[in-house]
Amino acid sequence: MQQVAGNSPSASTLDSWGENPVRLVVEQVSYAYSASAAAAPKFTLGPVSFAARQREIVGILGPNASGKSTLLQILSGQLKPLSGRIELDGWPPGSFSLRDRAQRIAIVHQESHLLFPLTVWEYVLQGRYPHGRRLRFENDADILMAENALEQTGATALAERSMDQLSGGERQRVVLARALAQQPQLLLLDEPTRHLDIGGKVELMRRLRNLTEQNRYTSVIVTHELNLAAEFFNWVVLLQGGKCIAAGRPEEVYRAELLAQTFGTPLEVETGAGGRPRVVLRRAREDDSLVK
Amino acid sequence: MRAIKPGKIFSICGVLGAILFVVVVFSLKVGAYPISVRDIVLTLVRGMVGHWNSIPSSDRLVVFGLRLPRIALGILVGAALSVSGASFQALLRNPLADPYVLGVSSGAALGAICALAWFPHEPWAMQGLAFVGALVTIAAVYFLGRRGGQLDSTTLLLAGIVAASFLSAVIMFLMTTLSGRDLRGMAFWLMGDLATTPAVQLGFLFLLVLAAIGAIYSTSSDLNLILTGEQEAHHLGVNVPRVKLVVYVGASLLTGVAVSVSGAIGYVGLLIPHVIRMIFGSDYRLLIPASALGGAIAVALADTLARTIAAPTELPVGAMTAAIGAPVFIYLLKRSMV
Repeated sequence: MQQVAGNSPSASTLDSWGENPVRLVVEQVSYAYSASAAAAPKFTLGPVSFAARQREIVGILGPNASGKSTLLQILSGQLKPLSGRIELDGWPPGSFSLRDRAQRIAIVHQESHLLFPLTVWEYVLQGRYPHGRRLRFENDADILMAENALEQTGATALAERSMDQLSGGERQRVVLARALAQQPQLLLLDEPTRHLDIGGKVELMRRLRNLTEQNRYTSVIVTHELNLAAEFFNWVVLLQGGKCIAAGRPEEVYRAELLAQTFGTPLEVETGAGGRPRVVLRRAREDDSLVK
Repeated sequence: MRAIKPGKIFSICGVLGAILFVVVVFSLKVGAYPISVRDIVLTLVRGMVGHWNSIPSSDRLVVFGLRLPRIALGILVGAALSVSGASFQALLRNPLADPYVLGVSSGAALGAICALAWFPHEPWAMQGLAFVGALVTIAAVYFLGRRGGQLDSTTLLLAGIVAASFLSAVIMFLMTTLSGRDLRGMAFWLMGDLATTPAVQLGFLFLLVLAAIGAIYSTSSDLNLILTGEQEAHHLGVNVPRVKLVVYVGASLLTGVAVSVSGAIGYVGLLIPHVIRMIFGSDYRLLIPASALGGAIAVALADTLARTIAAPTELPVGAMTAAIGAPVFIYLLKRSMV
């Protein structure tokens, strides 16, 4: 595990968190998108602040077009924040070279269109790319890592299959396996449960929880699954129209009025087993009468 | 589970190299002057070790003077076209891309004809202007093929076809003004022809082609990732603009060299990489050298057929590759291999 030098910018934050240091710091980060440099920004994001340690999952929640994916792109180092500070183990993600960044940050996207048939095994081996020379042949360690990644996502049996013959759930596991093969510190996922049925969603979230624990990742997941987020995530960040409405533990953020207002839907929050909040649709008397 | 190893690439290329050698011997054998396989092999071996004086002079003339240069030219052109086809397919993320379809061959041909018109006594002008023609055409097609900032595969192919027909019109116009030249020879050259010995040393052209293939090969790991998506490749640490620049210049150079010595030979760049993919998979670390050898085999064989099928007259090799390539392409299309 990479240790941060004592005089690095986030040393103060490190001390305050004790044994398991803060890995990801997002402080007052904002971003503005405009069509041209002179034009007024079309979309602004932030300021957003949160922090996460190893083995923790941060959920980014909010209605469509609330800036969730933009925030993920900023975390990946793809977009530069307009202001504020992001640090991964003390360093801004934008300061890494492309290859260094790919050794630290893995991104799981929703879709990828393949041009030529590729086997699952070849696809997962691609995750080893940032760890070698530019023109490279995989060595035994790479093969071990890729096999391990397939095993951890339960996709070992798929290895010889072609990527275009997979079901939605199988494909999601393979895409995740490639990200694991990167051996990242920060795992970013953009709506990983899209296209999955309820069984697949629960299985994937449980898997992400376990992998984050075992492999000491810090995971940031954009999702619409409020209840699964409450069940499996350590922190949630609630966005609406580019503004950060709330950030904290799920039980702190999940308040009925706040969620109802953010999503524009009558919602109620119950406390489920284990003290985790659970979001349900508010029973509206008028609706009942309409049905009857 | 295993990964592709350099040993596998060497052994596959060794097999393809052996096939190429057989094709070369076969091609040396057929022709008006009879010569036995034993004499061909003996002549080749003696020539290689430098025992020139022990070769009968007639064999030496037929093998080294007449037939081998033409076969070598075919090998050069086949390797160059097929690697540039594989490169354009990755660069433009389009399985139908190839220098001929994209109009790059026509651009290079226009450059070569301009060189004939303007600098008839400069031996390197043809290669140089053909390279420039290829570069400019692919850049134009690339920008015409964009729709809403995105590279659209249908628009791209249409742009290539439009560019090819426009450039052909310009070539026709220029040819009518080049009075006093051998028009039949020009027409043959445009169809793709290996009969004319290039004005520059073949060895230099080989070095140029090997350098370009080497440069493209150095990006083959990156190309594998770019094929699954530019964005994803970027996230995995690939410097996408740099790779695209290397491949763009390299593939244009290959097309320029091939067209300047042989005219526009179609289907090689399109089909050979697909056939290699079907047999050996789509890993570019293997695909590029295997395509180079496969293209060399295909063009050497096609040219042998072209000069013997209607002997004593010769067909342009481009007519041969099109006659064989078009049905093969339709077959692959129907089996949705392309």
